[in-house]
Amino acid sequence: MNVVVPFEGIGASVRRKEDPRFLSGRGQYTDDIVRPNQAYACILRSPHAHAAIRGIDTAAAKAMPGVLAVFTGADMAGIGGLPCGWQIHSKDGSPMAEPKHPVLAEGKVRHVGDPVAVVVAETRAQARDAAEAIVVDYEVLPAAATMEAALAPGAPAIHEGAPGNICYDWHLGDKAATDAAFAAAHKVVSFETSNNRLVPNAMEPRAAIGDYDTATGEYTLWTTSQNPHVIRLLMGAFVLQIPEAKLRVIAPDVGGGFGSKIFHYAEEAIVTWAAGRLGRPVKWTADRTESFMSDAHGRDHVTKAELALDKDGKFLALRVSTLANMGAYLSTFAPSVPTYLYATLLAGCYTTPAIYAEVKAVFTNTVPVDAYRGAGRPEATFLLERLVDIAAAEMGMDRIEIRRRNFIPPDAFPYQTPVALQYDSGNYHATLDAALQAADWAGFEARRAEAARRGRLRGIGCSTYIEACGIAPSAVVGSLGARAGLYEVGTIRVHPTGSVTVLTGAHSHGQGHETTFAQLVADQLGVPLAQVEVVHGDTARVPFGMGTYGSRSLAVGGSAMVKAMDKIIAKGKRIAAHLMEASVEDVEFDRGTFRVAGTDKTKSLAEIALAAYVPHNYPIEELEPGLEETAFYDPKNFTYPGGCHIAEVEIDPETGQVQVVNFTAVDDVGRVINPMIVEGQVQGGVAQGVGQALLEQAVYDAEGQLLSGSMMDYCLPRAEDLPPVGVATHTTLCTHNPLGVKGCGEVGAIGSPPAVINAVVDALRDYGVRHIEMPATPQRIWSIIHAKRPAAAE
Amino acid sequence: MYDFAYHKPGSVADAVKLLTADPEARPISGGQTLLPALKHRLNRPTALVDLSGIAELKGIRKEGDTLTIGALARHVDVAESAEVTSAIPALARMAANIGDIQVRNRGTIGGSVANNDPAADYPAAVLGLGATIVTDRRRIAADDFFQGMFTTALEPGELLVAIEFPIPEKAGYAKMRNPASRYVMTGAFVARLRSGEVRVAINGAGPCVFRQAEMEKALSANWSPEAVANIRQSPEGLNSDIHGSAEYRAHLVTVMAKRAVAEAG
Repeated sequence: MNVVVPFEGIGASVRRKEDPRFLSGRGQYTDDIVRPNQAYACILRSPHAHAAIRGIDTAAAKAMPGVLAVFTGADMAGIGGLPCGWQIHSKDGSPMAEPKHPVLAEGKVRHVGDPVAVVVAETRAQARDAAEAIVVDYEVLPAAATMEAALAPGAPAIHEGAPGNICYDWHLGDKAATDAAFAAAHKVVSFETSNNRLVPNAMEPRAAIGDYDTATGEYTLWTTSQNPHVIRLLMGAFVLQIPEAKLRVIAPDVGGGFGSKIFHYAEEAIVTWAAGRLGRPVKWTADRTESFMSDAHGRDHVTKAELALDKDGKFLALRVSTLANMGAYLSTFAPSVPTYLYATLLAGCYTTPAIYAEVKAVFTNTVPVDAYRGAGRPEATFLLERLVDIAAAEMGMDRIEIRRRNFIPPDAFPYQTPVALQYDSGNYHATLDAALQAADWAGFEARRAEAARRGRLRGIGCSTYIEACGIAPSAVVGSLGARAGLYEVGTIRVHPTGSVTVLTGAHSHGQGHETTFAQLVADQLGVPLAQVEVVHGDTARVPFGMGTYGSRSLAVGGSAMVKAMDKIIAKGKRIAAHLMEASVEDVEFDRGTFRVAGTDKTKSLAEIALAAYVPHNYPIEELEPGLEETAFYDPKNFTYPGGCHIAEVEIDPETGQVQVVNFTAVDDVGRVINPMIVEGQVQGGVAQGVGQALLEQAVYDAEGQLLSGSMMDYCLPRAEDLPPVGVATHTTLCTHNPLGVKGCGEVGAIGSPPAVINAVVDALRDYGVRHIEMPATPQRIWSIIHAKRPAAAE
Repeated sequence: MYDFAYHKPGSVADAVKLLTADPEARPISGGQTLLPALKHRLNRPTALVDLSGIAELKGIRKEGDTLTIGALARHVDVAESAEVTSAIPALARMAANIGDIQVRNRGTIGGSVANNDPAADYPAAVLGLGATIVTDRRRIAADDFFQGMFTTALEPGELLVAIEFPIPEKAGYAKMRNPASRYVMTGAFVARLRSGEVRVAINGAGPCVFRQAEMEKALSANWSPEAVANIRQSPEGLNSDIHGSAEYRAHLVTVMAKRAVAEAG
């Protein structure tokens, strides 16, 4: 009987192994976990953006039913502040201002949502009732809710030790060369833009359970994290002073992160510490309102950008000056986002020889801002791809032609940019050509005319983008201020019967790692997919790890697995050589079978594994029993996905409503393991990019109140806001990791916003529109249309 | 959510008795407004009087020139009712586009009208058609019913039992949704009644649904989208928020009225 085994290795669109449990409600998220004798925490948060705390009266709260304890900043004064994992130095060489970020407010609150006190009670409702009974005597201070307000003369000082509310004043690039190129330029094009502040809104709100075993002195934290080992390190070493061996951090199923669950948050330390104090497990789960005011926000830049061109439209130089909002405190990786994840990307796909960027990071009385899907790269891509379109218009050139003329040619790799990065591979003409064809760019004018007959303004726009991910070479990021290494860890455990457990330091919270990684291992070791189990998210099971963000899981975590599998195969060959009485050099391995070259003598991986665990006939003098190997993989370079996104929009000129009617993405993400998962990642990223371009905006009023503090006012994209997204890939292989992979998690969110806005500006070309800020809401579009009659009609 | 007592009366009389005896008790039907308010601890009733077991509040029936819809009719019931679809198709379409599927499967017409949220849909139909509100003790004309933001002519303890809609010659409704909440940012309900009366009700734009007299006059003379296309609504007194200024909403009044007339045919 022939059994047809479907191909399930690298390149197969295998259905996700994790989906049966997610789709049938059998996932285990942090809030699903109930520990025996569990108590509940409620955090009392500041209603003011900036206020001194004159006193906190907890007496009434402590007397309420079910209340076990009420803690304030004074109770936690002995423990450390939340640490920052990246240090930036200013132009003058001085280190950034790094004010303490207390777990619970100490004498002052600095944003709406700043934790002031915590109640632990028998039930969630009792904890909340008691939190309402805490009386805080606030002396409300003037707030700086925007960067403009924070930088104004006489602005309120948010921190001692951060004069002028400046965190750092940093720069990158060759200023003299850039200025000289501008002085000699044929044409200078400039514009100012802001990059709208976003609230990540993972579907699962953050949650944490602290537990303390009084018998062993061991703490356990369950948390909604993208990187449990990093949380163990940060919280254990810097906040609570618990050694690693006494602290286990588990990030079970996590319902989306988008960066917002990278960071170490106060609540994690609060529940862990409180569990130790009370000798009971303590759970905290955010409601959506808390998420809005306590999850790190994303983006929030104000930028002036100038491009110098020669008479042929070649880019001569780029000059960028950016204000980046840090919020009230430095979140874990916040300082790196508008610097090394932003200014280093300003070459884009282009040969611009001189680039100079200045970035001033500013404290404001708002929620801290940190990495959000794309982190710095969407901000760089947006300003660059808008600037290129504006330049084309003002040079009287075609938007596609100006890009082609400035692309780094395919034969110029590796390519050293003037802003530190060295791109290893890419073919920007190829992704552009494929996207133009897939989107029928050439046939657009007919569609524009047809839409006009229906009273709709139709526009098309593209962005050709590059990003840097797969972070990162530890020595490089260390020299740039990272206080951590950014390698990844993989363990391959081949069991006695030949099934495999993979332990990875990467963490899956929607990415489908349990499938992709299993495919990778099944492919390389020749083991059926069903016999490969992927374990992640538990510091007690996985040796170490740096986690998942920056589209790094496959490029760095997958490469670690490959290195570990190489060790497995090497050891397996020695066992096979012994069993088959051949020399090791003569043993070959191919998809699960060890063979003595040129013979029909073979041993399966399962046979080798059994021999390794039952070493009766085994080279025991020279080889340890067992078949388990671990590798730490530190990448040699970033990876550089790139591609072309094309958006087509229709505007209802009466209401200003924009509908994205077509979207095409052609991305070069390197080798693709599972095309279906890549397509899903790109589609999800595009949805968030369309959200940023058209819908999403965190709005603070002058007093620092978050006006868009719920789904009633913060507009996330819905299915009806999105067209079918055509996703294709064009592959050039990464040259420096063993898989040739680049990463696909962020490309959608990076490439799409400028494509959408370029299309909106194109749709409004008869209105003399040069630029539209994000989000391009109906009201904003309507205001433009009604302020200007069509140029053609004048 | 704070603790509250829960009652489930079987008749309008029993419900009114409970509500009259306790001024801090609140009636609840679909709960689409009250439950979120309770969850956010914005409201602290002593008791909830669950109306879902009262048969007198249910049912949709057509009698002569009148379509009567019981207060407990859910949006999905109105959207899918053969009587509504044949008598006032614009009302069925309105119901089919309220909120999302979950809201339509829970929310009721009585709850929506009694709550009089400026961003709700139904008040525009009630006022635009000149319907009559039937309560446990009296009948109230739509023109007298809606009195201001979240304010109606209902007295404490008075229960909305049904709404009687005159079946119009033609009617149409168009709305622009708030991009975030998908509540109405500005809507217009237009109707020409069999009596010849023309009514235009605007919701979402102001603090309370209101009639647009100038448009009514223009449509009386010439029932066509063009008749209202150049009538400008004053922005004075209209709502303004981060999604839409009063000026933008005023502009949308004209656009939505025009589209509503076009939809009515």
